Amino acid sequence: MRSLSDEELIQVYEWMKLTRVLDDRIVSLWKQGRGVGSTFSGRGHEAIAVGASYALGPDDVVAPMHRDLGCYLVRGITPRRILANQLGRATGVTQGRDANLHGIGDLSLGIIGFVSHLPQSMSPALGAAMAFLYREEPRVSMAFVGDGSSSTGLFHEVLNLAAVQRAPFVVVVENNRYAYSTPLHQQMAIDDIADRGQAHGVAAEIVDGNDVEAVHAVTAEAIARARSGGGPSLIECKTMRMHGHAIHDGAEYVPAELLVEWERRDPIAHLEKIFFERDIVEEALIEEIGQKCRRIVDDAVEYAESSSWPDPASLEEGVYAP
Amino acid sequence: MTPNGSSGERSVASEEDRKLSYIEAISEALREEMRRDEDIIVIGEDVGGEFGGAFNVTKGFEDEFGRRRILNMPMTENAFIGAATGMALMGLRPVIEVQFADFITSGYDAIVQFAATNHYRWGGAVPWVIRAPSDGGISSGPFHSQNPEAWFMHTPGLKVVAPATPADAKGLLLSAIRDNNPVIYFESKPLYRSLKGVVPEEGIAIPIGQARVAREGTDVTIVTYGAMVHESLKAAEEISSQGIDTEIVDLRTLKPMDCETVLASARKTSRILIVHSANRLVGAGAEVAALIADEAFESLDAPVRRLGGRDVPVPFSPPLEKAYRPSVDDIANAVKELVTW
Ligand SMILES: Cc1ncc(C[n+]2csc(CCOP(=O)(O)OP(=O)(O)O)c2C)c(N)n1
Ligand SMILES: [Mg+2]
Repeated sequence: MRSLSDEELIQVYEWMKLTRVLDDRIVSLWKQGRGVGSTFSGRGHEAIAVGASYALGPDDVVAPMHRDLGCYLVRGITPRRILANQLGRATGVTQGRDANLHGIGDLSLGIIGFVSHLPQSMSPALGAAMAFLYREEPRVSMAFVGDGSSSTGLFHEVLNLAAVQRAPFVVVVENNRYAYSTPLHQQMAIDDIADRGQAHGVAAEIVDGNDVEAVHAVTAEAIARARSGGGPSLIECKTMRMHGHAIHDGAEYVPAELLVEWERRDPIAHLEKIFFERDIVEEALIEEIGQKCRRIVDDAVEYAESSSWPDPASLEEGVYAP
Repeated sequence: MTPNGSSGERSVASEEDRKLSYIEAISEALREEMRRDEDIIVIGEDVGGEFGGAFNVTKGFEDEFGRRRILNMPMTENAFIGAATGMALMGLRPVIEVQFADFITSGYDAIVQFAATNHYRWGGAVPWVIRAPSDGGISSGPFHSQNPEAWFMHTPGLKVVAPATPADAKGLLLSAIRDNNPVIYFESKPLYRSLKGVVPEEGIAIPIGQARVAREGTDVTIVTYGAMVHESLKAAEEISSQGIDTEIVDLRTLKPMDCETVLASARKTSRILIVHSANRLVGAGAEVAALIADEAFESLDAPVRRLGGRDVPVPFSPPLEKAYRPSVDDIANAVKELVTW
């Protein structure tokens, strides 16, 4: 299944690599005690976050979550703004108001910032799609959601409403087998979350979440269908959460074999393998991309750590819109 | 008697014509705003079709504005309030109807976690209004009689209004729709059809955050809002024969509260009674009492008193509900106690 040209695939690789390098750096900053509060790693989710959001158009809207670093990057939030947000600085997206990837929203980039209450950004994302319907604009809205979040009442309410409205809406379910410490079989009695889409009349597909080509192809198709009036879709991306739930969590509850198995399926290594198999890029380019990403991330760390703290006098600013 | 060409008689006649019930004023405000601004849409359960909502506020709207602007929802408060937030982020101005204020809890996360915090966190404005038919006194039982305003006053990022007259019902709805923030508009069910009043035809927006002196007086102040404004007015008339001159402040907006008007009246009369039908414990009145204690303590000649619902679920049966709610007699007695304190 191929929906990306070689050139696009290289771009996708760059985004995935940048995501990984930034994610790794965030983890190491926190381990060194240079972080503020808590943070999350989306290691292993790069193919989903990048592959799905790469399929969106510039006027589309997306509501990512805490494992979707790659999505924020693809939409245009810079590593500088992300790291400054993570470190609670005045230069962060939320100017110190919200933590880690929470609240990273920017309407000029078509991003709805998320709240902790999962999956509360699904419904605003659906509302964006309903606004596009109302205005007869050929735009699409996408929401990311986890396996854990798919058991909430809201998840079902949103799918049902999206189907009734025939909204141009794509739900990307990141099934990473865990909701915090709770494994799938304690969350649900079904094998596939895609069934939950079908139950509501939402077109549903299952895809290997570590295969960026597959994620992109299925998402692009769903987006095209939504854009042409074909209604909502749900895409279940099967993957694995490779680190703990949040930075403090050693995830001792995850069987080691599972991690070993999924490490073998690492999405970035997988794509590199494809590059070599198909003879798309030379090793040197991979090396060069890696270096470029590290330079970008070095700069972002430097920028964030030297950014000023928010002024306590600004505490009450912005509670209300003017 | 009336000079030819004078506006005198005609304005009286047209004033009579312009008497609307409280609920007609709500419909009229909404209809006028929707005619004015294509970005306004209505979203809620049963709001469409010939039916036009559980209280028929949007009756005929689908005919006039089409199905695309009157969005009939499945029973999904959490989803459709959240969806309204998304529509608002995209520049629309949804007016959400929750069928009864009591059911607002099913969308609580969407309101207090998402919509209310959004602008503070990342600058996305959420210009929606929730119309919440609230209050009781009409034997509607525990789940169709609630006054949940205090929960929302306790939430940074929301505005909360509670009109007591048809003119204010219209004027505050206009302001709520035009405001760029999430506004919870508590409409008073017991006033829907029982109360009529003059409503200006041209939309006169009542600013959010402005209280109104509903009755001027010198001896004692009642601070109240919603249906209790009218119970307080009755009590004030009753005791005026005993020489007690009561001032009544109708808050109109609960958040942000018009502290100046409350304090000015407190300083003027030195005796304060606060009345609301929501239960008294941690109710809106507690904040008014605290405000007066903080800012007008030296002016007081008596302790600040509060009347409110009892701390029980709103009961159904008339004698029980009567015992639950402050009555005209309760108000009159509390005022008399204050003036003789
Ligand atoms: C409504 C709600 N309850 C509890 C939490 C605390 N919590 C944060 S993330 C999480 C697990 C989420 O699992 P999933 O949706 O699978 O996403 P993942 O973290 O695995 O990517 C929980 C329980 C929350 N954020 N929201
Ligand atoms: Mg999960």
